Amino acid sequence: MSAADQGWGADNPERLYVITRGRSGLTEQTTFDLVTLVVSRSEPTPTMQPEHAAILRICGSPLSVAEVSAYLRLPVSAVTVLLADLLTEERIEARACVPRAVLPDIALLEAVMHGLQKL
Amino acid sequence: MDFRSSEVVGPQGADLLPASATMAVKVVIVGGFGVGKTTLVGSVSEIRPLTTEETMTQAGASVDDTAGVERKTSTTVAMDFGRISISDELVLYVFGTPGQERFWFLWNGLFEGALGAVVLVDTRRLEVSFDVIGRLEDRGVPFVVAANTFPESPTHPTEELRAALDLPPEVPIVACDARSRESGRDVLMALMRYLYDLSAPPPPTTMPASR
Repeated sequence: MSAADQGWGADNPERLYVITRGRSGLTEQTTFDLVTLVVSRSEPTPTMQPEHAAILRICGSPLSVAEVSAYLRLPVSAVTVLLADLLTEERIEARACVPRAVLPDIALLEAVMHGLQKL
Repeated sequence: MDFRSSEVVGPQGADLLPASATMAVKVVIVGGFGVGKTTLVGSVSEIRPLTTEETMTQAGASVDDTAGVERKTSTTVAMDFGRISISDELVLYVFGTPGQERFWFLWNGLFEGALGAVVLVDTRRLEVSFDVIGRLEDRGVPFVVAANTFPESPTHPTEELRAALDLPPEVPIVACDARSRESGRDVLMALMRYLYDLSAPPPPTTMPASR
């Protein structure tokens, strides 16, 4: 918990700029969907950026990008930048969502309907 | 609020997904303010609904029809979402998003890869749904319409509602009580059946094999 962490409002654009080192997340959109499941593959290290460390800690079990965003209280666009860093360093695994298609796969829909019936 | 890595608390106990979870899909619930999106998400979700945000600054730049126009506004919009574990491997996420035109910038990432959408309508204020329905049709997103039944809502026969919303005959319309888990589940089920019918080959003489 360093002094550098202090004084940045959660909705402060400058804070987001610093966290992402000025990257917008636009180039990472193809890798991460809101429901891409993220799983940690390594432990946080003391020298790591606190946001990276937080992601590794909470993703011990699979978590969607949307959930990571919610727990970190950071916009999805900032989170995808951070996740791309961790993916490049092979510190996380990204379980991609279903490939995009015009219409969903029949077997997938059957599985969802079966699951909903138990709800 | 200051960022403290050690203070970020992730999911606990029953909110943890099993390590076997390998695939996630999403559906989107869209409707005007106060129509019951958040209530519906909460009814069907196995976790307390979470909130994620997006800022106009980032997304505005990726919208096609504003190419070259860099938006510098930093409006933040919150989106509520919930989760349903379908099986040990498959997870369904349900996102609620505002239907007003000024929030459409959120839709790019949201609808990409989504199975389909639920348009949640308040029969007392149908007009707010027109733009949303048109937008979904333009994007080719399959959707069903769910009329949330508020105590004082007038009850419209389905076909009257269909005419009022100018919906094609094949689009399912269901009544629901967004506060009820069973009712919310039935809405999602109606969407899945509709998607199934759209995906299935035309002459289905046998029932789909159950798993």
